[in-house]
Amino acid sequence: MLTKRIIPCLDVDHGRVVKGKKFQNIQDVADPVELGRYYSDQGADELVFYDITASYEDRDIFIHIVEKVAEAIRIPFTIGGGISKVEDFRKVLMAGADKVSVNSSAVKNPQLIREAALRFGAQCVVLSIDAKRNNRGSWDVYVKGGRENTGIDAIEWAKQGQDLGAGEICINSIDTDGVKKGYDLELNQKLSSLLTIPIIASGGAGKMEDFAEVLKVGADAALAASVFHYKEIPIVDLKNYLHDQQIPVRRV
Amino acid sequence: MIAIVDYDVGNLKNVYTALGDVGLSGTITRDKKVLDAADAIILPGVGAFSDAMDNLRKFDLIDALNDNVKKGKILMGICLGMQLLFDKSYEDGEFSGLSYIPGEIVKFDAPGIKIPHMGWNNLVINRDSPLVKNIGPEDYVYFVHSYYANPENFDDVVAYAEYSVKVPAIVKKDNVIGMQFHPEKSSNVGFQLLTNFKEMIS
Repeated sequence: MLTKRIIPCLDVDHGRVVKGKKFQNIQDVADPVELGRYYSDQGADELVFYDITASYEDRDIFIHIVEKVAEAIRIPFTIGGGISKVEDFRKVLMAGADKVSVNSSAVKNPQLIREAALRFGAQCVVLSIDAKRNNRGSWDVYVKGGRENTGIDAIEWAKQGQDLGAGEICINSIDTDGVKKGYDLELNQKLSSLLTIPIIASGGAGKMEDFAEVLKVGADAALAASVFHYKEIPIVDLKNYLHDQQIPVRRV
Repeated sequence: MIAIVDYDVGNLKNVYTALGDVGLSGTITRDKKVLDAADAIILPGVGAFSDAMDNLRKFDLIDALNDNVKKGKILMGICLGMQLLFDKSYEDGEFSGLSYIPGEIVKFDAPGIKIPHMGWNNLVINRDSPLVKNIGPEDYVYFVHSYYANPENFDDVVAYAEYSVKVPAIVKKDNVIGMQFHPEKSSNVGFQLLTNFKEMIS
């Protein structure tokens, strides 16, 4: 049986893993390779590395770190942050990444999704969406690390991303990110019922129940950062808990 | 030495690294002489079926693969590389494959399932083989694919995964082996499978 995935997200800034609360007050945590290996040993199903400053500082993502991670771990990992061209995809995939996540650059140039999917396969194209609730009962797409509202409807954008050839959608709720009071269940449920590609829920994990809830409403994977980085929730315990809740998971 | 066929379809370094984990030395190559000299050949691959076949043709690798398979050398296809071992694929058209294993590559089409089949799924043993030594029902491997193999003879399937249908995960016909998932990304279970592969070729 296909299992639900637990994905630690490592935000990388100048070669170190950091975690911000609502994208601000960034604090240093650890070495990305070391932490990646630790999570892999603990039973993480995948890893995501975001170069959190690359999208606006216009600099190369950390190819060297990608290579070191690929040498150190034997689970799939995704690279995001600052990917704006098909050539950027090629670079990180050749360095050993399995998937590439695009966010702001895909909003600016949706054809990037199609071009990358045609060239490297849909399986490696993850469309990451930063969504925030508006006062009309829907969600807007934000870009540039959550600082700019595009006015685009998040659900429409996710559907378009799927049609353009994305293999997966990572939906990050800005309202719940860093607050640790649970994922945005309504948004994840809606997307999961509308789309035929897998959904990764992101933003809001605080306790083990939060993971169970979002996976039960249809998310295929749940992503989190600080609860793992600060060892508040050991992945081994989380997997055992989810198993007890009748959610299919891979346990090590 | 294991020849890892380089035909411009994705990164081959991860396969190379994982072979190193089990003490196998890989050489990434598209040179027929290296394929002929290798103890076994690995055909990796991601992307689209027709592009992959075009590239095998472009680099003049099909005869080299055919010759070695005929000689009895072990050839293992991984992911798209496994799909190429079959007669044909219906991925965005209808395209001929290498025809080492009878069968076709078809798309998942059950209602309500997410496509790609992406993530960790467990292996169900269909028939005994040294390839699945020490592999049990709780052993998960990493899949990512939208098309799957529909073999003419299900006895060619060593292990499968359940995803709306029985998805052939490990296939073997004589000296030709395929793995639909990524052993190089499947943690300790992948390590065990590559160890089994090593024992088979030595």
